[in-house]
Amino acid sequence: MKETKILIAGAGGQGVVVVGNILSRACVIERKNVVGMVAYGAEMRGGTAYATVILSEEEIGSPFVEHPDMAIILNRPSLDKFEPDILPGGMALLNTSLTGSMLKRGDLQRIDVAATQIAHDLGNVKVANIVTIGALIEHTKLLSMASVEQGLSDLFSSKNPKLVPLNIKALRAGAEQSRYISLRPAVSTRS
Amino acid sequence: MAVFKRTPILKDQLTHYCPGCGHGIAHRLVAEVIDELGIRERTIGTAPVGCAVLLYNYFNCDVIECAHGRSPAVATGIKRVQPDKIVFTYQGDGDLAAIGTAETIHAANRGENITVIFVNNAIYGMTGGQMAPTTMLGQVTTTTQHGRGGQGEGPPIKVCELLSTLGGVCYLERTAVSTPKDVMNAKRAIKKAFQNQIDGKGFSLVEVLSMCPTDWKLSPAQSVDFVNEKMKPVFPLGVYKDQ
Amino acid sequence: MAEAAIQAGCRFFAGYPITPQNEVPEYMSWRMPQAGGVFIQAESEVAAINMIFGASAAGARCMTSSSSPGISLKQEGISYIAAAELPCVIANMQRGGPGLGNIRASQGDYFQAVKSGGHGDYHLIVVAPATLQELYTLTMNAFDWADYYRNPVMILGDGILGQMAEPVEILPYQPILEIPEKDYILTGCRGRLSRVIKTLILDPADGLVRHNEHLQEKYKRIESEISLCEEYQTADAELVVTGFGVTGRIAKAAVRKARKKGLAVGWIRPITLWPFPKQAYQEAVRAASKMLVVEMNHGQMIEDVKLATECAVPTEFMGKGGGWYPDEKSILDKIESMIKQPAAAAKGRVS
Repeated sequence: MKETKILIAGAGGQGVVVVGNILSRACVIERKNVVGMVAYGAEMRGGTAYATVILSEEEIGSPFVEHPDMAIILNRPSLDKFEPDILPGGMALLNTSLTGSMLKRGDLQRIDVAATQIAHDLGNVKVANIVTIGALIEHTKLLSMASVEQGLSDLFSSKNPKLVPLNIKALRAGAEQSRYISLRPAVSTRS
Repeated sequence: MAVFKRTPILKDQLTHYCPGCGHGIAHRLVAEVIDELGIRERTIGTAPVGCAVLLYNYFNCDVIECAHGRSPAVATGIKRVQPDKIVFTYQGDGDLAAIGTAETIHAANRGENITVIFVNNAIYGMTGGQMAPTTMLGQVTTTTQHGRGGQGEGPPIKVCELLSTLGGVCYLERTAVSTPKDVMNAKRAIKKAFQNQIDGKGFSLVEVLSMCPTDWKLSPAQSVDFVNEKMKPVFPLGVYKDQ
Repeated sequence: MAEAAIQAGCRFFAGYPITPQNEVPEYMSWRMPQAGGVFIQAESEVAAINMIFGASAAGARCMTSSSSPGISLKQEGISYIAAAELPCVIANMQRGGPGLGNIRASQGDYFQAVKSGGHGDYHLIVVAPATLQELYTLTMNAFDWADYYRNPVMILGDGILGQMAEPVEILPYQPILEIPEKDYILTGCRGRLSRVIKTLILDPADGLVRHNEHLQEKYKRIESEISLCEEYQTADAELVVTGFGVTGRIAKAAVRKARKKGLAVGWIRPITLWPFPKQAYQEAVRAASKMLVVEMNHGQMIEDVKLATECAVPTEFMGKGGGWYPDEKSILDKIESMIKQPAAAAKGRVS
């Protein structure tokens, strides 16, 4: 892996920034370079909020992500807004509970995970975002699951340690209950 | 026998104020109060922009000269960093009630524990007699040559009345320096305003109606009459708040 | 930045809400009291900078932060603080302008930051961080420079730095300079002569001339003592690309790609914008025959680059204001087009 650009998009309150935060923490644990960005103020239009994360083993130049290699899409409006931006041959990870599993483009790889449903079954729909992280890591091996669990624990320990076990469960459920669909030979990262 | 002496806090310095100007009296009252309260060595004053900008030439205590109207903000910075010091501002009407209105109102509303001496002579003195926020209706200035009209120029702003609605304010009194009795009373009010700060009671402001013979184009004696006859009816003396 | 300021001993913060820098006062509002300092949400930008004027006069390490329109409002106070030679740190997280502009990142305030900004003839020390780690370190350094030189220091960032999240190593504060005792601050005149801090100088007639000379001498000293930049492969570069802040780091990524393609490209990123690291540019153009300046504005720093190099080589510009930012690819394309051009313009130079 040289450099991977990830976009996380959903409705405000779905926890897109938390996803970016946990991925960033896992990168730090693995001594990878990382830059995160969050959408700001007036850019939060049309019911979508988004964050981006760039992972790299080299120095990171631009912090901006225009064409992500991977996009975690948490709701339908985000899918409509960001599907066209994904890099050709890139990957869309869909929260199929809210997006359905249709993509307009035929060149994308896909990970399907019914994150909101899974989270609901775990007892708290708020952890749907964490479910998608589990799915992403399971199928891309971008980072080790151990680092992600550590990053997640670090984040929640400082806020509310009681939340850690549920979120770890969500992470694992995402890994187990997701499906990878390759429409093309996998070219998941840029070199 | 009482001997009239120079107040020790005032420096041995020729005055730059015009004959008949009220600033000299106001300076002396503030100096006497600082002296009597024994606080010179822990007092920090602020000089305004306006005729009193050279205040530090007279007061033998630490002084900072501020941008026009900004004294309450600067005093806030000083007092918050050194709460044990006695911080006062000395401001004219243009400084306090025009360009510095926001600073005045908000320092007052925050209840900053400072003392404000507000000298109101209803005119811009240093710049040569233009309309002040406190210029009275009908009063002729170089920018209201037919007298201040209510339309487009608005009536005079009454600072004590305005500030009296603010929760953070501890003490407001309007005084004058146009008669011996007024001078004595102004000193009492100024002393109270400083004592309030020493006691940690919060924002205190003493308004001082004062003479400006040069820009009013009156003799010193006529200026005294002007304060007594023209200004006092518009700006009634008295305590506007005392908590 | 806010935590770095606290670590460096900043104990007074006054600010007014403006996007994109609201995180700074929000953080300060709870952190400052915890550190035993003072936080004030001022009624205006003007009041905020004047509170800083007072706090600095009272001896506190102090800071305010804002974004472009707010910094314009602060200029009066900044001029007074510079004139009175009081230390303070001012952060400008630039947004799009002119006017209310927008809240996207911009570098349109370069001129304002490095060419006085307010009235009169003065300088701020201006630093432009490109990463959050650098922002952290430079914030700490800024307090030392401010106290050491008795001069305001501006951290010129942009909205992107405010939006970014990067790992930052929280290093303990280590003074980089030995700060002399502040013998000018107002503390009440117990046991000493009374002090006056003022900027009105009427007397003697040449008093203000002398004060200006004194300031200029100080600025010369600062210029000789501070000059920071980062360089990459300039020694053998035919083309040197330069930009500050976030633009600089984006340009560097493009330059690294160009190097991988075998193109003789180098890169300079000024870290101090005033003093401008002239020497690095002068040395670079001994080898290089062209320069490219990238900015998120319509050409401001390019003037200082040309002054530093005395227009020794053709210097091209790439940039736009109002929220535009460069991407690596377009910079790389520009580099390739410039390198392909014959170096005809570099007439009379031996490369």
